[in-house]
Amino acid sequence: MSLLQQIITIAIAAGTNFLTRWLPFRLFAGKDKEVAPFIQGLGKFLPAAIMGMLVIYCYRNIDFISSPHGLPEIIAGLFTVGIHVWRRSMFLSLIGGTICYILLVNFVF
Amino acid sequence: MQGQQWRNFRFAFSMSTPVLFGYLILGIGYGLYMHNLGFSFWYPTLMALTIYGGSVEFLVANLLLQHFNPVNVLLITAMLSFRQFFYSVSMLTKYPRSGWKKWLLIYGLSDETFVLNYYTEVPQECDATTVHLWINLLDYLYWVLGAFLGGFFGSALNIQIKGLDFVMTALFLVLATDQILKEKDHLSSLSGIAIAVGCLLLFGKTSFLMVTLLLLVAEYYWIYRRKRGIGK
Repeated sequence: MSLLQQIITIAIAAGTNFLTRWLPFRLFAGKDKEVAPFIQGLGKFLPAAIMGMLVIYCYRNIDFISSPHGLPEIIAGLFTVGIHVWRRSMFLSLIGGTICYILLVNFVF
Repeated sequence: MQGQQWRNFRFAFSMSTPVLFGYLILGIGYGLYMHNLGFSFWYPTLMALTIYGGSVEFLVANLLLQHFNPVNVLLITAMLSFRQFFYSVSMLTKYPRSGWKKWLLIYGLSDETFVLNYYTEVPQECDATTVHLWINLLDYLYWVLGAFLGGFFGSALNIQIKGLDFVMTALFLVLATDQILKEKDHLSSLSGIAIAVGCLLLFGKTSFLMVTLLLLVAEYYWIYRRKRGIGK
């Protein structure tokens, strides 16, 4: 990507991100307009699906066929989910999971 | 600062301390992550300043390494930040309807700022909008500072940690786990995973996200139509 393309990419992301925060103030301010039920339902349905999709995105480059068969990613992933279910602290899970993975790829596999 | 202003700031600061640690740590991780991908510290800092959305920034860092595809960026960002639409809907009655404060508050409506500003009971002796503005600004500064520190010290100390890139996987695993623990049935999260796997196998690494997003909206449209059909 050229520098200009990079700037455009970042600008699109920044603009779109801002748009999602601003749009309700434009659409619903002042009036007692309700959010359309389809949009409301979509807002409940999408977040979980998107997080699941992004987990797959993170695992897209793993080669399961040749050694180590994605084992470090799978072990560290299970570890991350495990401490998160146990302690429910986002930052503990992030740090713990990442350190687990760093140790695995540097010293075990 | 005068007494009233000081009280507002002190209250906002004390409310924002959990985010201080959270954003600094995640921000440093994000800055280091971009450094490890080969970007100068300007990238995480400027992206934190302009995009200001953690998961979007991690993903854009990846997209910057692929072929230029503005439509892809737009769709993925829109879907990822779609939840913020509903934060804004909830804040309609809490935030001012006009003036410069409104714009700053909208700009800074991240997940954590939303939680703080939505659920915090501002004490009688403080001004709610001023407290909201301070929380908003402080959270923003924590995140930008973290991203800068990670990127800057990453390159200054030439930190190359093999495996650090897992921080993004861990972030989405944690967010997905939170969603799965929260949802009533697992149709949504299972759909996301299953459709993404299918599309990855069918369409390959570059375009599967876009197809997955479109299929997810189509799936919900179908569910919605069926529900309404039954309701009639």
